[in-house]
Amino acid sequence: MNTNLISRFRTEWFGNIRGDVLAGLVVALALIPEAIAFSIIAGVDPKVGLYASFSIAVVVAITGGRPGMISAATAATAVLMVTLVKDHGLQYLLAATVLAGLLQIAAGFLRVGYLMRFISKSVMTGFVNALAILIFLAQLPELINVPWLTYVMLAGGLAIIYLLPLITKMVPSPLICIIALTAISIYLGLDVRTVSDMGELPSTLPIFLIPNIPLNIETFMIILPYSAAVAAVGLLESLMTATIVDELTDTQSDKNRECIGQGIANTATGFIGGMAGCAMIGQSMINVKSGGRGRLSTFCAGVFLLLMIVFLGDWVKQIPMAALVSIMIMVSIGTFSWSSIKNLKLHPRSSSIVMLSTVFVVVATHNLALGVFVGVLFSGIFFAWKISQIFLVTSHASEDGTERTYIVEGQLFFASAENFTASFDFKEALEKVIIDVSNAHIWDISSVAALDMVVLKFRREGAETEIIGLNEASETILGKLAMHDEPGALERLLGH
Amino acid sequence: MIKLIAFIDRSIYARSVCDHAAWIAKTVDGSVDLIHVLGRRNESEAPVDLSGSIGLGARTALLEELAELDGQVAKIKHKHARAILEDAKKIIQRAGINQVSTLLRNDGIVETVQAFEKDAGLIVIGKRGQNTESDESHLGSNFERVVRASHRPILVASRDFNPIKRVLIAFDGGASAMKAINYFAKNPVFNSLECRLLNVTDPSDRAKQQLESATKLLRDAGYTVATTMQAGQAEAVICEKIKTDNIDLLLMGAYGHSRIRNLIIGSTTTAMIRSCKIPVLLFR
Repeated sequence: MNTNLISRFRTEWFGNIRGDVLAGLVVALALIPEAIAFSIIAGVDPKVGLYASFSIAVVVAITGGRPGMISAATAATAVLMVTLVKDHGLQYLLAATVLAGLLQIAAGFLRVGYLMRFISKSVMTGFVNALAILIFLAQLPELINVPWLTYVMLAGGLAIIYLLPLITKMVPSPLICIIALTAISIYLGLDVRTVSDMGELPSTLPIFLIPNIPLNIETFMIILPYSAAVAAVGLLESLMTATIVDELTDTQSDKNRECIGQGIANTATGFIGGMAGCAMIGQSMINVKSGGRGRLSTFCAGVFLLLMIVFLGDWVKQIPMAALVSIMIMVSIGTFSWSSIKNLKLHPRSSSIVMLSTVFVVVATHNLALGVFVGVLFSGIFFAWKISQIFLVTSHASEDGTERTYIVEGQLFFASAENFTASFDFKEALEKVIIDVSNAHIWDISSVAALDMVVLKFRREGAETEIIGLNEASETILGKLAMHDEPGALERLLGH
Repeated sequence: MIKLIAFIDRSIYARSVCDHAAWIAKTVDGSVDLIHVLGRRNESEAPVDLSGSIGLGARTALLEELAELDGQVAKIKHKHARAILEDAKKIIQRAGINQVSTLLRNDGIVETVQAFEKDAGLIVIGKRGQNTESDESHLGSNFERVVRASHRPILVASRDFNPIKRVLIAFDGGASAMKAINYFAKNPVFNSLECRLLNVTDPSDRAKQQLESATKLLRDAGYTVATTMQAGQAEAVICEKIKTDNIDLLLMGAYGHSRIRNLIIGSTTTAMIRSCKIPVLLFR
């Protein structure tokens, strides 16, 4: 066990040093615009998002369950905290971040990672698309009612980002985009919005501080709803990203450890003045694409980010917003699952509805957790509906016409109970009815009640009724719940 | 019928592993399963793209690209691996063993040992693997993990195979040393080998008694046994004995102590296997 742990530690941290360090650098460059942009979404200084991205990346690198995944301040969690900041200020945001972290740690110990199995492919696609749309929507303030010059710079930025890799893949194109646009705007003295217009940038390394809030129930009740939403969304995005990275790298991750790791990261981040975050799909893809696989890549991304900000702060201030917006548009486009649009026609309608409903709910509420909840709900309903179709009742009468055998096959549960009752002909006058359920499965009280009802109805019409072939599972649930064998059953059932 | 599992790789030890496996298979009339493990995918083999941009349908495109790259690497590796396995198979067949099969696994060696040792009687591995060839005195990085993971006797092949006539059993009266004695006693096919029992300890009645009962077990199974009791430092005494008596094979118990102890004061097993130049049959 001991040597296994040591060798795992070595592979996860130092199995791929060159690739991890390079990828960490590329990711750090792409994290800067995002951290700034997401701080602006949440309505706080860029400092808050940048500290958060540093701290979350570094802590998750150590504590997380998915090596090679990038975590930082994210759009998904930032949009949830807008009103908290507006109504109560930054200190409450920090407190909410700490609480969200603690909730995530608890969720990790409760092993909610296993619940990921209920999130279908369609819900995941919907989540990813909704996230891409959220990131894009967050850029709109920089795109509407701005001088025409912004659009020119934006087009230039996008051109660099997408065309440069065709020439060389050895330099990060987002970095060139930032450098080129900054140089041009400084050289020409262009009057465009820059990062310094967005608020204060960090000039020092982060320090430990306790959020300055009154510690009472009232405060707790203010931050709890925000923390719960942040914790839920953070875990969802983290676990989904972990699944994506699992697929991309063909390796396994520890989902429950990831929950705890994210929780520890958020708790720590709240105490150094950062806002809550989680794993990032777009950044993680960039990391994998750049050759990052191990924990070192996430760690490096965080460290490089902080170094660049603290030591190059004066230059970072002059980056035009257009450069950052074009990077964010790239991330949004890269995150969106474009094949899902083509698949709308090809996939079963039910899965398309699940995907679209997830997207719509998120775009309407800006809460990814609600979207996923609705998506999971719909996929559950559709599944129940589909299974309820796997059910058939056939019958044959005896030669003298006084006896009839009904053969029930398939799944009996709440969704098929109504069809089940409707399959019997109570108008036929019979002396004896046999219901053969040997090929059926009785799942719940609804179907037990339906079976009871059928038996009672036949008895009421004067027919002796017998049920045969209850298999074991059905028998246990019937044995516990059914009442048609007991005296006075009819009265009680009708009495309800 | 005893089944042997022999692990081979690209190192020069592969040849010797085959020879050792063939020798045992011939002695016990067994079959040989040759296994080559490809290990975990090496990440740094992917070409580097530092452009940091993700375009339309990035996820699917990236997944396909990575799968394609890994697939190409894997195909080449498979080709090499199959060639190695075929060569090894020929070596063993030439030695007169007919029941030889080959197996290629996408897994680590430790995991493969655990998965396949269940119906095997004995495992053969080389002292070093393909990645640690350069340093003569260095044991393969997987070696201890394999030995600790396994419940079967493990024959650790030396660099070259020499015909085996004289065997030294390093006897300390412990449970794993008794396993070694019992193994020989239960498989009298080895009794053409000349046995030397060596107990490195301060002479005592108890040690003498243990040594005598072990000797009796072997003699009853038809072995010729010579016993020695000698005080001193185990590793040095055993090495000396191997040299002076021209021993061809060493039998010993392995890793009787915890990993923590080994981490601090080092393990006799590791030191033994490293310093003696002959094959070692380990019992846990």
